[in-house]
Amino acid sequence: TRYGEIDDDLFEELEEILITADVGMQTTMKLIDMLKEELRIRKIKEVSAVKDVFKDVVEKLLVENGHTTFEVGNEPTIIMVIGVNGVGKTTSIGKIANLLKAQGKSVLIAAGDTFRAAAIDQLKVWGDRVGVSVIHQSEGSDPAAVIFDAVQSAKAKNADVLICDTAGRLHNKVNLMNELSKVFRVIDREYPEAKKEVLLVLDATTGQNAVQQAKVFNEAAEISGIVLTKLDGTAKGGVVLAISSELQIPVKLIGVGEGVDDLQQFNPHDFAEALMGTRNA
Amino acid sequence: MVFESLAEKLQGAFKNLKGKGKLTEKDVKDAMREVKLALLEADVNFKVVKDFIKSVTDRAVGEEVLQSLTPAQQVIKIVNEELTALMGTTQSKLKYASQPPTIIMMAGLQGAGKTTTCGKLGQLLKKDGKKPLLVACDVYRPAAIKQLQVVGEKLDIPVFEMGDQVSPVEIAKKALEHAAYYTYDVVIVDTAGRLHIDEKLMQELIDVKAAIDPTEILLVLDAMTGQDAVNVAEHFNEQLEVNGVILTKLDGDTRGGAALSVKAVTGKPIKYACVGEKLTDIEAFYPDRMASRILGM
Ligand SMILES: Nc1nc2c(ncn2[C@@H]2O[C@H](COP(=O)(O)OP(=O)(O)OP(=O)(O)O)[C@@H](O)[C@H]2O)c(=O)[nH]1
Ligand SMILES: Nc1nc2c(ncn2[C@@H]2O[C@H](COP(=O)(O)OP(=O)(O)OP(=O)(O)O)[C@@H](O)[C@H]2O)c(=O)[nH]1
Ligand SMILES: [K+]
Ligand SMILES: [Mg+2]
Ligand SMILES: [Mg+2]
Repeated sequence: TRYGEIDDDLFEELEEILITADVGMQTTMKLIDMLKEELRIRKIKEVSAVKDVFKDVVEKLLVENGHTTFEVGNEPTIIMVIGVNGVGKTTSIGKIANLLKAQGKSVLIAAGDTFRAAAIDQLKVWGDRVGVSVIHQSEGSDPAAVIFDAVQSAKAKNADVLICDTAGRLHNKVNLMNELSKVFRVIDREYPEAKKEVLLVLDATTGQNAVQQAKVFNEAAEISGIVLTKLDGTAKGGVVLAISSELQIPVKLIGVGEGVDDLQQFNPHDFAEALMGTRNA
Repeated sequence: MVFESLAEKLQGAFKNLKGKGKLTEKDVKDAMREVKLALLEADVNFKVVKDFIKSVTDRAVGEEVLQSLTPAQQVIKIVNEELTALMGTTQSKLKYASQPPTIIMMAGLQGAGKTTTCGKLGQLLKKDGKKPLLVACDVYRPAAIKQLQVVGEKLDIPVFEMGDQVSPVEIAKKALEHAAYYTYDVVIVDTAGRLHIDEKLMQELIDVKAAIDPTEILLVLDAMTGQDAVNVAEHFNEQLEVNGVILTKLDGDTRGGAALSVKAVTGKPIKYACVGEKLTDIEAFYPDRMASRILGM
């Protein structure tokens, strides 16, 4: 600020950074309060030190609400990938399959999106690209039936990981959310011993609606982590701070492009840096 | 609903004033804070909100509110009017070429809904007695051509494609020759999703534009987009001079503040609203309805 003092102008500047990063008003105010408290505790008087403290505060919020990385253990695992339309589910599945294969896991993919035009073909291209088989039926078939088949196949082949694609659906469509619940019931019934990972894919360009997406999808299925995609653009994905603070759902992976290697573990420190504009994601 | 309606919030802000008689400037300021919060909650761009609040405040501190017996209603009325004015007051139609074919080119970020919307527009125009052709210029996304073909098949609209080993510029040019020969009167060009900061891919769109001189370049924008909508729209508009915007996924429960931001910064009209995954889920865009939706009223 003009006089080099920690004053309201400075806090307003920081507020603007967070709001324009889609953090949302409520979480922004919470973070500013946390910052003020931290500045008081650390007895900080210089403006130049404030940004670094603020990054710590952002990182702290993420870590305290439960940060964990994406990891698949030795037990058989089913990864369900869910989210609204066009956020990057299918692409992320290709990338995750590639990542797990590189770790020496045997991977199968299930084409659970039987609705969208050429969704199965798209997934098959990804399967070929990363050398993973795709279990599928034809467009228009029952997604629960596809997942049923895929689970049997994963058991028969002793696959380490089965990754299930699902059709994009808006969380406010009750029938589509019920369809999703049905798929979850099939998995629970047919493969209770498998470890379940439920990944909600969020597009970093999404605004405050992402909070609602996380809430409603979390009611239909217990989300174990978020994949935050399209961070290679100019959007910062700040809404995950609101989700972290309100719902304690950790971000596990980030998508930074359309290529097979454009997937990274989420790092709260780097995220805070990118949010404050001092580093690109 | 997570959002308390703005109307309720404003009633709350004015509640303490009952019996106090006239409103003061400070009272209006407090009310404006509620308006600001509501707009930010709806994802209206930060700068757009700032400007908007300023112009509404200027009006509200004038006689009409300060003297009013129902200040909350009065403020809501002003907010609504200003918002509607910002959104544009009239519906904006698709432009047709004076000499067929009318050429429509889609552009936008990844996953916004371009390919689906190509089909929806084709469906609308076909219903209107036109003979549309869809053109597959996305040579990057896995199975993008197939997706457009499936869409075309469902609507019984032909798709022109040359595989994914030919440049989009070449495909677009050949598509026009094809359209002329077979007398298609509308050509709808699907393009790959791309980031507005991807110089190489933005240049590709500039080249396609130069090659086919579209009647309409439409920016397809996801209604759930947050603060970044302004960056996206500004970049696409600067480089392509878009004619309008199509807003998708309005069947969700997003407030859709991006609509206001984009209109405010580019001045370009929103031409259609997409409200579902079915190929008939496209509607004319009503600015006044959007204003109410953004405010949650
Ligand atoms: N720039 C960028 N694009 C991405 C990223 N992840 C996915 N995409 C693109 O986003 C678009 C949509 O991705 P999909 O994987 O088809 O998304 P989806 O969620 O499966 O979509 P639906 O199945 O239609 O709901 C494609 O063009 C992808 O290439 C990312 O991290 N960065
Ligand atoms: N609910 C809803 N979904 C939509 C709407 N428009 C498109 N979609 C869905 O959004 C997803 C992405 O649509 P596409 O048409 O593939 O988007 P795109 O912009 O062509 O994507 P890329 O080519 O990968 O950049 C698909 O699942 C569509 O079915 C809409 O108005 N409402
Ligand atoms: K999107
Ligand atoms: Mg998909
Ligand atoms: Mg497309």
